[in-house]
Amino acid sequence: MIAVKNLCKSFGTLDVLKDITTEIKKGEKVVIVGPSGSGKSTFLRCLNLLETPTSGEIWFEGEQINSPKCNIDLLRRKMGMVFQHFNLFPHLTILRNITLVPTTLKLQTPVEAEQKAMALLKRIGLADKANTYPAMLSGGQKQRIAIVRALAMNPDVMLFDEPTSALDPEMVGEVLQLMKELADDGMTMVCVTHEMGFAKEVANRVLFMDDGKIMEDSPNPAEFFANPQNPRAKEFLSKVL
Amino acid sequence: MQDFLINQWNNFTNSFYRNFIEDSRWTYLTSGLINTLLITLGALVVGVVLGFAIAMIRTTHDRTGKLGFLNAIAKLYLTVIRGTPVVVQLMIIYFGIFASVQINAVLVAIIAFGLNSAAYVAEIFRSGIMSIDPGQMEAGRSLGLNYSQTTWKIIMPQALKNVLPALGNEMITLLKETSVAGYIGLRDLTKGGDLIRSRTFAAFMPLLAVAAVYLILVLGLQYLVGKMERRLGKSDRR
Repeated sequence: MIAVKNLCKSFGTLDVLKDITTEIKKGEKVVIVGPSGSGKSTFLRCLNLLETPTSGEIWFEGEQINSPKCNIDLLRRKMGMVFQHFNLFPHLTILRNITLVPTTLKLQTPVEAEQKAMALLKRIGLADKANTYPAMLSGGQKQRIAIVRALAMNPDVMLFDEPTSALDPEMVGEVLQLMKELADDGMTMVCVTHEMGFAKEVANRVLFMDDGKIMEDSPNPAEFFANPQNPRAKEFLSKVL
Repeated sequence: MQDFLINQWNNFTNSFYRNFIEDSRWTYLTSGLINTLLITLGALVVGVVLGFAIAMIRTTHDRTGKLGFLNAIAKLYLTVIRGTPVVVQLMIIYFGIFASVQINAVLVAIIAFGLNSAAYVAEIFRSGIMSIDPGQMEAGRSLGLNYSQTTWKIIMPQALKNVLPALGNEMITLLKETSVAGYIGLRDLTKGGDLIRSRTFAAFMPLLAVAAVYLILVLGLQYLVGKMERRLGKSDRR
């Protein structure tokens, strides 16, 4: 589904990603772990071109997204993204946050969009918040809204950039629960996270990144967390687990 | 004591009669007021439209690196306009640029004050746009909106709300700055008061009347801006 070939990214003289090649298949739940500054978030943000790669290729559903010919706006509709700081639109109601993009792009009629949004809100138990503004919600509620806002576009893959890092500890569970349900529904997911428990439980593949490279690529998360092969991964896990 | 008060009152009514009623002198103020309002409203439209365009050029350049040439022109424009007095700009445009053309002085004033206000409005809008978290643009783009759709639907509504107090301030400043329009022989509100003074040789009463009219206009503006602020602020309530 997503193929990355020799991806490099530098900010000025700082090389953040160094020659990354990997592939993410449909239905995979990939968790990316690693120390801060290792390039995890930059890698994720390259996948939907929020960061422009310095060199290398990124392919999504048979199209090279970092070529000038590609209309990235069309491809981003198929790639949902969830941010650390939610990034809800504070001037719009919860309902409008979800329906704004599908109706602006004329992908759904206003009535369809509203019905779909209400169904999604009901599913996460926040239907009663439809006409309130983001400022009135807790962090956990905001992040769950952000997730269903992305789902309203019917994406083929969801990218999560540390979705629980800005939450109070007691809010983390509700967000992870929703992500777990998504995974159970078969959604393809790529998730940068520090939640090792979630990684163990939900992921079916773990990428360990350090110093701008993928140091370990494990198809067996339980095995990875119990017995990492890479020495840097060993050191990292001994600190966080 | 009573005589004194009666005397004062008679002085006041006499003066009022001479300055405003006799020879219908109040019409100096009303016709001046109409010109002041025309200039202010016209300049406001020019200033907001042009100022918005300049702000878009500047922020698009800062965020994407495009539009380098237009950005350089915009920066030069801001420097020149903000670096020179508005009354000098007004006279340059009237006596210099339009010297050999027959043109309505009110129109010239609208152009001059509009071009001047645009520079300030541009920086107000720019500060508003820059005050929005870059995450808002990323969220819009990540959902599939393009740059201009995200700007219009997500960035601008929030930026406008943030700059409303500063924009109201600029409107008030603009209204009062038009009082130098008399320099190009235009009869605005201030000039109207001045003309009464030249007929009656009374300084206090006509000027006080002019000041009162400006104050009333500003109060009206303040009320409108306050109302809009409350309307746009409803998403802030917790």
